[in-house]
Amino acid sequence: MEHAAAVTPAWAMFAYLVAGVLFILSLRGLSSPESSQQGNRYGMIGMAIAVATTLVLHQVGLPLILAAIAIGGGIGYYIAQNIKMTAMPELVAGFHSLVGMAAVLVGCAAYLNPAAFGILDTVTNEIHSVSRVEMGLGVAIGAITFSGSVIAFLKLSGRMGGNPIMLPGRHIINLGLLAAILGLVAFFVTDQSAWVFWTITALSFIIGFLLIIPIGGADMPVVISMLNSYSGWAAAAMGFTLGNTAMIITGALVGSSGAILSYIMCKAMNRSFISVIAGGFGDAGGATAAKGGAIQKAYKAGSAEDAAFIMQNAESVIIVPGYGMAVSQAQHALREMGDLLKKEGVSVKYAIHPVAGRMPGHMNVLLAEANVPYDEVFELEDINNDFAQADVAFVIGANDVTNPAAKTDKTSPIYGMPVLDVEKAKTVLFVKRSMGGVGYAGVDNEVFYMDNTMMLLADAKKMVETIVKNLGH
Amino acid sequence: MEFLSIFSIFVMACFVGYYVVWSVTPALHTPLMAVTNAISSVIVVGALIASSAVAGGSETSKWLGLLAVVLASVNIFGGFAVTRRMLAMYKKKDKKPAAAK
Repeated sequence: MEHAAAVTPAWAMFAYLVAGVLFILSLRGLSSPESSQQGNRYGMIGMAIAVATTLVLHQVGLPLILAAIAIGGGIGYYIAQNIKMTAMPELVAGFHSLVGMAAVLVGCAAYLNPAAFGILDTVTNEIHSVSRVEMGLGVAIGAITFSGSVIAFLKLSGRMGGNPIMLPGRHIINLGLLAAILGLVAFFVTDQSAWVFWTITALSFIIGFLLIIPIGGADMPVVISMLNSYSGWAAAAMGFTLGNTAMIITGALVGSSGAILSYIMCKAMNRSFISVIAGGFGDAGGATAAKGGAIQKAYKAGSAEDAAFIMQNAESVIIVPGYGMAVSQAQHALREMGDLLKKEGVSVKYAIHPVAGRMPGHMNVLLAEANVPYDEVFELEDINNDFAQADVAFVIGANDVTNPAAKTDKTSPIYGMPVLDVEKAKTVLFVKRSMGGVGYAGVDNEVFYMDNTMMLLADAKKMVETIVKNLGH
Repeated sequence: MEFLSIFSIFVMACFVGYYVVWSVTPALHTPLMAVTNAISSVIVVGALIASSAVAGGSETSKWLGLLAVVLASVNIFGGFAVTRRMLAMYKKKDKKPAAAK
């Protein structure tokens, strides 16, 4: 550490601190949509300061570095401008994997060339023991972030099935691997041989892969938040190695941000973090599902015309979007429907469950993309009491988050999860592809069979478009 | 820098992060993930040091560093740009929405 300090002049330490503070301000800006753009700018300035300071301190091979930044930056910018908003979860997962890989590469470079990082003890010609722990942990977390995010990316983008893949004895394998990694990091302090370092790296890649493989699609909001957190801790660990305040502040910020989001997501599903990580949830065909599916219950099916008629004559409509809306890209049609209803004098609001979709805030972004004003969009706790006064609850592509069994049925796998009280509305319009499929929890939803429920069985986007046509008359 | 002083910064930053993140409105949680993703690419500092290093003469280390610079740059530019794109979509009702799209 003393060595890092010796080569870092005071002005540079100050500049890194400023960058760190700007990163804090960039997150602070997100407390409201008005200040958010300014926040994002603070983040960019902070990053520019951090990069410029580093380039001034280590002025070697500038053309190559600029080329690397141009290549990476070009790719990143192109992706960011062209990605569809519905693909945001997999984009974020993909980006996490890059941070993880970058951390691993930096760790490897530091191990191969410790002198450049100022972590070499000039007397013994070995790496400082504190730095070895930091490096070992940084590489391990980075590798887990990388392989875990790659799996999350594949699952979210549909390149790999969303169902959990169960390996026999996976808990024992994972715990064994984790123990081995921690043991090797400890051993690395006494022996800096290459095999120790590379084994830590390899085992971490494997455990990241094994950790995410058994986790089902519905738990992705937790997984993606958790990987977000890991990418932060990886950056922080590397920050310790380099004695760099900007990296440490950022790592801590990102780490706690991801941890808080995971906590919020777990709470919104009433599941413990451990049970999510243990995996297996979202496995189709659980005992309850079989029981529910066996009984053919009566339900009322309706047409788009019926739905249009009911909503036109309503005073207030609350729209409940879920992952199905994202899949069928129905958000633009939905906003059109909302606009037409508003013209008829109907009050239109949107209710968002924290885990609707595949990542925190997923639905909000999609509605914003479709130009739905954000002050018409409400969170669960702010709108749940309004269902009792609403004429229509229009559920589109959501299921488990509206299931009253979570409030009443103690045997239900989703018991205790906070849900939207759609059943309290005078009429429930439930857009669903077919009666066959159950939600991700594999539980039947009694809302389907209530007297005041009308099932609109069709593709979400087509259904809404037809409703829009009928409203136009 | 002393390990303890740097560790103090870390602990303080965790607390700052805790309070700042709780104040983020849930509607902006997706942009939050995108922007945290972008700023965690500050790891590029380490990558730049690795790729500019000549001392020790490890060529491998230099190329690993350059590759890390590329990856982190994807994230920096991609992360901030996509956040900006998302945030630009959040509009209020009162303002007459400009005829975008």
